[in-house]
Amino acid sequence: MSRKPLPMFPQAAKTALTDMQLRRNLGKATTTIRAKRGKVVGEMPDWEELRAAGSAIKATTMRHLDEYLTQLEAAVTQAGGQVHWARDAAEANDIITRLVQAQGATQVVKVKSLTTDEIHLNDALAQVGVNAIETDLAELIIQLAGERSSHILVPAIHKNRSEIRDLFRRTIARGEDLTDEPTMLAAVARRYLRAQFLAAEVAISGANFAVAETGTICVLESEGNGRMCLTLPKTLITVMGIEKVIPTFRDFEVFLQLLPRSSTGERMNPYTSLWTGVTPGDGPQNFHLVLLDNGRTNVLADEVGRQTLHCIRCSACLNICPVYQRTGGHAYGSVYPGPIGAILTPQLLGLDRAKTLPYASTLCGACYEVCPVKINIPDVLLHLRGEIGAHAGPFNSEAMAMRQLAGIFAHPQRYERAQRLARRGQRLVQHDGVIDHLPGMLGGWTIARDLPNIPQQSFREWWRARQKAAE
Amino acid sequence: MAENAKNAILRRIRAAVAAAPATAPIPRDYAQRDTRDRGAILADLVDRLEDYKARVTRTTLARLPDAVARVCGELAITTLVTPSDLPDLWLPTTITLLRDDPPLSLAQLDGSEGVITGCEVAIAQTGTIILTCGVGQGRRLISLVPDRHLCVVRASQVVGILPEGIAQIMDQPTRPMTLIAGPSATSDIELSRVEGVHGPRTLYVLLVEDD
Repeated sequence: MSRKPLPMFPQAAKTALTDMQLRRNLGKATTTIRAKRGKVVGEMPDWEELRAAGSAIKATTMRHLDEYLTQLEAAVTQAGGQVHWARDAAEANDIITRLVQAQGATQVVKVKSLTTDEIHLNDALAQVGVNAIETDLAELIIQLAGERSSHILVPAIHKNRSEIRDLFRRTIARGEDLTDEPTMLAAVARRYLRAQFLAAEVAISGANFAVAETGTICVLESEGNGRMCLTLPKTLITVMGIEKVIPTFRDFEVFLQLLPRSSTGERMNPYTSLWTGVTPGDGPQNFHLVLLDNGRTNVLADEVGRQTLHCIRCSACLNICPVYQRTGGHAYGSVYPGPIGAILTPQLLGLDRAKTLPYASTLCGACYEVCPVKINIPDVLLHLRGEIGAHAGPFNSEAMAMRQLAGIFAHPQRYERAQRLARRGQRLVQHDGVIDHLPGMLGGWTIARDLPNIPQQSFREWWRARQKAAE
Repeated sequence: MAENAKNAILRRIRAAVAAAPATAPIPRDYAQRDTRDRGAILADLVDRLEDYKARVTRTTLARLPDAVARVCGELAITTLVTPSDLPDLWLPTTITLLRDDPPLSLAQLDGSEGVITGCEVAIAQTGTIILTCGVGQGRRLISLVPDRHLCVVRASQVVGILPEGIAQIMDQPTRPMTLIAGPSATSDIELSRVEGVHGPRTLYVLLVEDD
């Protein structure tokens, strides 16, 4: 695995902001899904009680994660499945490629899974000559186009229908004439993928939930590609982050209400599959569950940050975020974009590799309000910013500038002298009535925001003049 | 010998949460039961199913075979796949049956005109039907591969809200289950909803009220 830092968010955001099509598509998508979510959440008189329960179940799970994972392993094994543990991406990829090769398969079908994107599983499979076919429509589109996801729920939202038509014509439709009607494009994907499903020997999926007490795994989806992958092949390999375990089957009554309404804005998504190990005569007869750490235990060790692991990947925080809504997912440089990505990615990868992400936020708090499991994202963002500051040490330029400012702010005379100085100097950096480009080190502050002009008279000056006039 | 991955992960988890405070009991103050009357609950189910583009017809047990025949006529179906234990009394004599006993081949399912199954429970508030591979439901493949799914829901199987539905399936948690809310759909292309991708493109629910 590469230890390279991610691209800096401010620079990546600047590029994304110039892409007018991306901004138009994202604006429409986030507004539409947000409205749908608002409507179906509004239908639920007990929504706040469900959020409280969801949050408490996750907190309890994390506190006893070792016990629940051990229980899950026992239940899955009891039901005829095999459980594997992976400390990191390399170990997970190694386990999975060996399992696929043991079946003699050169092709696998995949259910959309962020976790497999996180570990770059498709690349690892390709290296040993195994072709991984994404079967979710949007995932298929970006796979065929060789692009990256821009939204965790609708990954191809940056592409227009005509682009998708051209892409399909070049690839899976083999030159056939197509219109750009979504119905026709979906039908082309159905025809292509059905042949893949019927021939598939091995499927790979993620998991939305896994029940410790019963060993039951749960996948939510809309298209039916998930059902196909989970039912047709002989072998099924499921990869899940260790934080996806839930204690009891009954907990579904909370999460199956919270997730669809928060995610797609539906009362219920079209298909939800539950399975436990192997069932004779029904579905895959070999079942493997890979439990992945890959940085999660580091997150768990952080008192403030550990709530990040409560995330059920609904994407409500993306759709509500004023920053995400404009930049889209690519600017975050990771498979987990938006507010949740801004706190999850730096904790999974290490702050040194993603230190601009905790600043990709206005701290408006909307993400916390919509989070179905009440992750206090602004709190975690501030905590991470604090860590970055502390990590930088007392002699970094920001800390030195802050100490200098503190000295100025502490004495009225020094403060007023600085004000007068700035008022005289500001003409050099003013533009269209605002300060849009501070010099030197301070320039970082104005990359993404303007500063109002320093007024010709400060309050204290005005007050002194007023007192004088009254004498 | 080097520590294995399981022990390493468990050790890291224990170290990570060792100093964490004890957690409070889980507050389950959300609704556990729907207190509306049966009529309202059934009406809600129909409304929610139709909202998610399922088609619904209401009938009685005595008239069920006629209703099935009518739906088949509407969809131009002459042959139906059925689970091996679907009650004969539900089916019209005019339709050819392909019973899944011995198990039908994938090609037979893929080439079929449609399937008819029962269900375990239906949830009104979310328009959800739960199949647990129980009596009259068959294995998962038969309600997935055919392009039309006719699903018989008895009024007595309908509950109001999701926690009531989960309570109904909790005693057999290890059966493979599918929760269905409307036909297969995607919104992946410019967020335009298209019904019917891989699962059955038509979901027809026959809601049977008790005679």
